[in-house]
Amino acid sequence: MDFNLTEEQSMLRDSVERFVADHYQNTDRAALVYSDLGYSAEHWRLFAEMGWLALPFAEQHGGFGGTPVDTAILMETLGRGLVLEPYLSTVVLAGGLVALAGSEVQQADIIPQIIAGDLTLALAYLEPASGFDPSHVATTARSDGDGFLLNGYKCVVYQGPSADRFILSARTEKGVSLFVLEQGLPGLCRKDFKTLDGQWASDLSLEDVSVGPEALLGGEGLALPALEQVLGRAVSAVCAEAVGSMAAANEITRDYIRVREQFGVAIGSFQALQHRWVDMHIEAELAKSMSDALAMRLRDGDEDVPAMVHATKVTVGRAAQIVGQGAVQLHGGIGMTDDYAIGHYYKRLSIIDLLFGNQDYHATRYEALEPAQ
Amino acid sequence: MNLAFGSKDLIFQQELQAFLAECLPDDIRERCARGLIVGNEDLIRWQRILYDRGWMAPNWPVEYGGTDWTLTQKYIAAREFAAACAPLPTFGITMLGPVLIAFGSAEQKAFYLPRILKSEDVWCQGYSEPGAGSDLANLKTRAVRAGDDYLVNGQKIWTSYAHWADRMFCLVRTDPAAKPQKGISFLLIDMDTPGIEIKPIIGLDMGHTLNEVFLSDVRVPVKNRVGEENEGWTYAKYLLQKERSFVARVAQSRHLVQRLKRIASEQKMGAGYLFGSAEFRRRVSRLEIDLQALEYTELRYLSKELQGEPVGPEPSILKIRGSEIQQGLKQLLVESLGMYGVPYENDSMTVSDSYMEVGPDHRHGIVAEHLYGRGATIFGGSNEIQRNIISRMLLGT
Repeated sequence: MDFNLTEEQSMLRDSVERFVADHYQNTDRAALVYSDLGYSAEHWRLFAEMGWLALPFAEQHGGFGGTPVDTAILMETLGRGLVLEPYLSTVVLAGGLVALAGSEVQQADIIPQIIAGDLTLALAYLEPASGFDPSHVATTARSDGDGFLLNGYKCVVYQGPSADRFILSARTEKGVSLFVLEQGLPGLCRKDFKTLDGQWASDLSLEDVSVGPEALLGGEGLALPALEQVLGRAVSAVCAEAVGSMAAANEITRDYIRVREQFGVAIGSFQALQHRWVDMHIEAELAKSMSDALAMRLRDGDEDVPAMVHATKVTVGRAAQIVGQGAVQLHGGIGMTDDYAIGHYYKRLSIIDLLFGNQDYHATRYEALEPAQ
Repeated sequence: MNLAFGSKDLIFQQELQAFLAECLPDDIRERCARGLIVGNEDLIRWQRILYDRGWMAPNWPVEYGGTDWTLTQKYIAAREFAAACAPLPTFGITMLGPVLIAFGSAEQKAFYLPRILKSEDVWCQGYSEPGAGSDLANLKTRAVRAGDDYLVNGQKIWTSYAHWADRMFCLVRTDPAAKPQKGISFLLIDMDTPGIEIKPIIGLDMGHTLNEVFLSDVRVPVKNRVGEENEGWTYAKYLLQKERSFVARVAQSRHLVQRLKRIASEQKMGAGYLFGSAEFRRRVSRLEIDLQALEYTELRYLSKELQGEPVGPEPSILKIRGSEIQQGLKQLLVESLGMYGVPYENDSMTVSDSYMEVGPDHRHGIVAEHLYGRGATIFGGSNEIQRNIISRMLLGT
């Protein structure tokens, strides 16, 4: 039993920490947020050079064979800096699905391009009526000669505007299946928008989008187990990200209430504020323990890992709300401004509570897995 | 990073489980499982079994009759004992022993430690006073030198099990002129010394575990002082710094979850069962998930300690969250009884025999445990004090 990092893991964390310090703490994140891309292509190049884009992939495709624990270490550190680059979409979600479900040909095509930093992807799995449930898919893929004709609507696809390709779920007569679609296919229409947490996303409508048989990712009708597995890893990744963001938000808040004076004293001398901060700290500590444990259990392939995925997301979701809201509250007026960093932590943390299912969704699914006694 | 215990520790765990399954008497297990107080004679009966096995004092060094268990093994043992519903170790083992071992004289160690191990002495803790609760350093009980004795006058309160105790380890003021923390000494007092009067305090649960202890001209030999005069605060605090683990009570709470789920899935409610209520179910699962998070936090902190990191705010965090979870679960247990949460059954162990034959058998103990458990966020440093401690360490404001 050991929650401490190995030497290699510490090196990974240190290198990401250096990146965050050099490229996020001293530069203008707002400029990236409002850019067309929504992140920095130059940073993405650095991600490739540092080998982070290769981290979870198998060595046969040029990857490092890393585990969910490595991904969590990377994501936690990125979370400290509210990093905008699309690691989650491209590497964890889309890359994860290709590695898990893709054919040899698809893997050999896509994974090396991801690793090189030449290809970004976005996952389109939710629909306006699906809630957070990946199995609720109304978008259809009808057989059409060798290939398929896709019709339907996908919503809130993170990185939709910038991704080179989409991985999209649609229902064939055999069940839910995954397809790889190029941007700009005829009939694939994008509605782009800014997200609350300063990223770009899109709704996609599909009208008779025609794809060849090679677009099918994995077996027809077999998408759900792969999707669930990759969403579990994505939960681990965003939980780790939230752990990093919460640690940073608590530190920023601590430093602020130590120096901000009212009534002639630092406001951190007031017990009401101290106790609220302590409760934020406790939430963040528990979230960290669950996030670390989930990553290890995913790595070890424990049988009951799905229940742990749900329990972790519930814990981290609540912590993210308590820390984010508390951080704004303890800052007072300055916490309400766009200029000051703490509001951006609050926004990202409240989005993480939603991503891949909110607390109600995961508590319900947890209950479905946990027998009454 | 790794979650699994090593194979040596797993074998150790199996050894403990086998011992507990075989040797813990059923009647004692039954009382603990229902959250009821275990009587002094039963406690001693169990402690003698532990003593024979050499496991009476896991937290003491082996040369004093303790164990050579590693930190991890101590964690596993505490968990297994709690999971098996064994009684918790008493003050002599947890509180006094470590202080004597660190600061006691050779004579004190030679005399008292074996008596604790053999259950020949039951100890109580004389710390709190009417004016010294959370502000313990404000204690006023006075000890004045009179030849080879101290003459002790004052009052202690909330003294658990004073009525069972042979002796009391006691904080007294020996220098009223010094700063509050500087003038305190640590005395060992025989409870049969003339001038000691014990008055019971009947708790919310109608049980008698708490007491007031009045001391009037009580003569305590100077040789019964532990360590230096006026250094008693240091000795009392030493324990707080050492005791990191085992405050979270994860295994006890896990047992509460199991009871709760069993009751809720058997308890009819109209056409269905209590667990069919989505609201009730959700409250149970939220607490169950909180408990899971607490357990991993306890393990993560243990792993920090194994790495040699100094103790920081971790015990306070575990105490706050652990006690909140316990209280949440105990409240749900009461709610699971529906209207059978109304009849109040005095616990026959501490008051007169009054077991009421109404309602389902599983209700026996639940309301008493719930009432007694309201103290979990108060004793051992209230949760508000714990938050102050964390704040002082991390905010430094």
